Amino acid sequence: MGRLLLIARLAVKDVRQNPAEAVMLLVAIVAATTTLTVALALRGVTNAPYEATRAATAGPDVVAAVQQGLRLPPELTALEHAPGVVDSSGPYLMATPNLVVDGHSDPVIAEGRDPSDASVDQPKLTAGHWVIKGGVVVERSLAELLNLKVGDRVGLDALVGGGNGPGGGPGPGGGPLHAVGPSFTVVGIAVTAALQPPPLSEDAHPSGFPEAGLVWVTRSAASQLAAATGGGLGYTLNLKLADPSGASTFAAEHQRGGLFLISWQAIAAKDGLVVSIERAILLTGSTLLGLLALASVALLVGGRMEQQTRRVGLLKAVGATPALVTGVLLAEQLVLALVAAAAGLVIGWLAAPLLTNPGASLVGAPGAPTLDLATIGIVIGVAAAVAVVATIVPAVRASRTSTVSALVDAARAPRRARWTIALSARLPVPLLIGMRLAGRRRRRAVLSAATVAITVGSLIAMLMFREHANSLHTSGGLGGLYRFSGPGDPLWERGMDVLLVFTIALVLLALVNAILVTWATVQDARHASAIERALGASPEQVGWALVVAQLLPALPGAILGVPVGVGLYDAVGRHGSTLPSAPALLGVLVVTLLVVAMLTSIPARIGARTSVAVILQSELA
Amino acid sequence: MNEREDVILSARGLRKEYGSGESLVRAVDEVELEVARGETLAVMGPSGCGKSTLLHLLGGLDRPTGGELWLNGRRIDELSERASAQLRRHEVGFVFQAYHLMDELTAQENVELPALLAGRTPRASRRRAEELLEQVGLADRAQHLPSALSGGQRQRVAIARALANEPQLVLADEPTGNLDSAATLEVLRLFETLHATGLTLLVVTHDERIAATANRLISMRDGAFVDETRLTGGTMGTLADLAGLGS
Repeated sequence: MGRLLLIARLAVKDVRQNPAEAVMLLVAIVAATTTLTVALALRGVTNAPYEATRAATAGPDVVAAVQQGLRLPPELTALEHAPGVVDSSGPYLMATPNLVVDGHSDPVIAEGRDPSDASVDQPKLTAGHWVIKGGVVVERSLAELLNLKVGDRVGLDALVGGGNGPGGGPGPGGGPLHAVGPSFTVVGIAVTAALQPPPLSEDAHPSGFPEAGLVWVTRSAASQLAAATGGGLGYTLNLKLADPSGASTFAAEHQRGGLFLISWQAIAAKDGLVVSIERAILLTGSTLLGLLALASVALLVGGRMEQQTRRVGLLKAVGATPALVTGVLLAEQLVLALVAAAAGLVIGWLAAPLLTNPGASLVGAPGAPTLDLATIGIVIGVAAAVAVVATIVPAVRASRTSTVSALVDAARAPRRARWTIALSARLPVPLLIGMRLAGRRRRRAVLSAATVAITVGSLIAMLMFREHANSLHTSGGLGGLYRFSGPGDPLWERGMDVLLVFTIALVLLALVNAILVTWATVQDARHASAIERALGASPEQVGWALVVAQLLPALPGAILGVPVGVGLYDAVGRHGSTLPSAPALLGVLVVTLLVVAMLTSIPARIGARTSVAVILQSELA
Repeated sequence: MNEREDVILSARGLRKEYGSGESLVRAVDEVELEVARGETLAVMGPSGCGKSTLLHLLGGLDRPTGGELWLNGRRIDELSERASAQLRRHEVGFVFQAYHLMDELTAQENVELPALLAGRTPRASRRRAEELLEQVGLADRAQHLPSALSGGQRQRVAIARALANEPQLVLADEPTGNLDSAATLEVLRLFETLHATGLTLLVVTHDERIAATANRLISMRDGAFVDETRLTGGTMGTLADLAGLGS
């Protein structure tokens, strides 16, 4: 007990003596554990919002539809009596008019409904009331997108003439367009758990997006709109099965030419795709952040070991065993890691709901993130492992250092880089010194390059997401999957939000790492720089040399970051690569290198101000 | 202000103070000094009397609190950091007690470093390093790392390095402080050789045997000069005998 107390007291004392380093270590591990917590908390929330909506709307197990025409095909109605079907609603006629709001027109699916409630797929009203003559009920995510409220007037016009397909939007196809059809009052706003099966959903939208906006009108209004557009999109039938778990099989068995079916599982999967992409980004991001945190801790510990040589010598001189010394050094990092893990758990738990908001098209909260014992255990375990892995080797090495060597503060001998020394002899002084400095500590240079590669890779991946999202938005009207996950194109917008949060955390950590690398290099180069200054190198030359020493590993790291970014994007995006423009790529590389140079120049300048005599004398003290 | 041509280095009222008020420490206190060209000057005194601080001031490694410093007729105590670096690069060579060699560089690479810093070509720097290592008797150790050299050999490498840019003045801070008797003799012989070539040498030491090799000996105490003795110098043989090192 006394031994543990001694270790704790020594560790706490050292942490209090170096608060800045402790804060940097905390930031590094908090960033990693927060992201990991969010990623883990997202397990199991994927289906929760859809399940809630399905329950609230008597959601169908299977949605069946036929395409085209006002004629109701018998194969669709036959499904009502298919084996395993216990209930149904419909068939409902679907028209594809354009919803006109404030002069802006977008294609929607208008489903003709009875004023009475359906036993299957009765959309849940979140405002107003159900369909009446002259009234339209707007699906909630569409209403949010167009900022519609109950009582607003909208047009449901069939723009015909130029466009040929159902619901052809203004412009495509050419030729004169004219609007027909009445105006409607928004009488209600509702959510649904149903979704039209492809290819109907694609046909409803001229850009080929898999989803279109949805509104509900009376059956007669739908007929009028369908007639005005030269024929409806088709009919839809909602089915309840005796065994909902067999919906996918049922849909596959009955799918045939002209008859399309989609199971509730497929609909749920489409909705869950939004969260699953976020999860993929977060899991990948937390892995990268974990690696960066490991690099941070390794750099911090490595740097501190350089400083603590004499402390180790003093401890051993007064009787501390190697095990006690290792214990003290490990305890410091472990305590900080555990505090950081606790903070990361809390922040991650609070942040998770913000990232899993189900969007306007579904009801209910996404469900509180599951901060179960497993998650807590994993996060704490990872934080502790990061601290131990980064600390154990230098701690053991320090504890085994001879007491006499440690007392005279003998620095770890730098590595001799023969080719670097030979090559640098031909270069200007800052490059000469900088190259040699970089060559002295290869492991640090590799860590530095890896840090930059991960950072640049993440920035590139974010740019690629943005490029892809922009290209989708510019190519098609309202956007893509807005119906099931909120306004705009939530798949991308949410992905972008998550990626942005993750990138900010990552850049923050990368900055911490850059400072740590610089700090460690400046500390390590203190003696060498003082000798070089004594031999005639100017403070400016030594300062620039430190910048060069940082840029040399950062440059290949930044270049390597481009394929890392593309790989990262492909791993989590799965939507085809859209490389950022050459100026954007170049910009990321240049800005990264400038930031590294700027971060280095500050401690380099401070170091250059220290008197050479003081440094050289301190080596003797 | 013109200095006498035979004076290479002079100090007027040179001061270096640390702290203030009651904690004020005068490491160098109103030092007056003139060093003639080709002279070997020894500054002696107990540990902590300010010898090393004085040496750092004279070589532009540190800035004085007050007074004037002149080198080759040019005032150097007010030079910028960059100009001080130029001065150290071309006019002054340093030899330190702890050698201060770069651990990852071979003896030859250590010696050629000042020439490279001064902008000489790699070939010229290499040639100069080879000459100097030959001169200090370490040609066969040129490719050895400092860790593979004895203390005396390391100090000889450091002396060769101090001469790389052909300075007019070499400042040596306890150059034999870490050496045994045999290695001390090696260094003494080398200094004697340098003295014979007309190089100005200022050695700070608390070792009387080293001081005995100088033309002039200054005793220092509490930051100030307290005594000055003109010596005969002498041959290596007599010096070695005097120093009790044998030949």
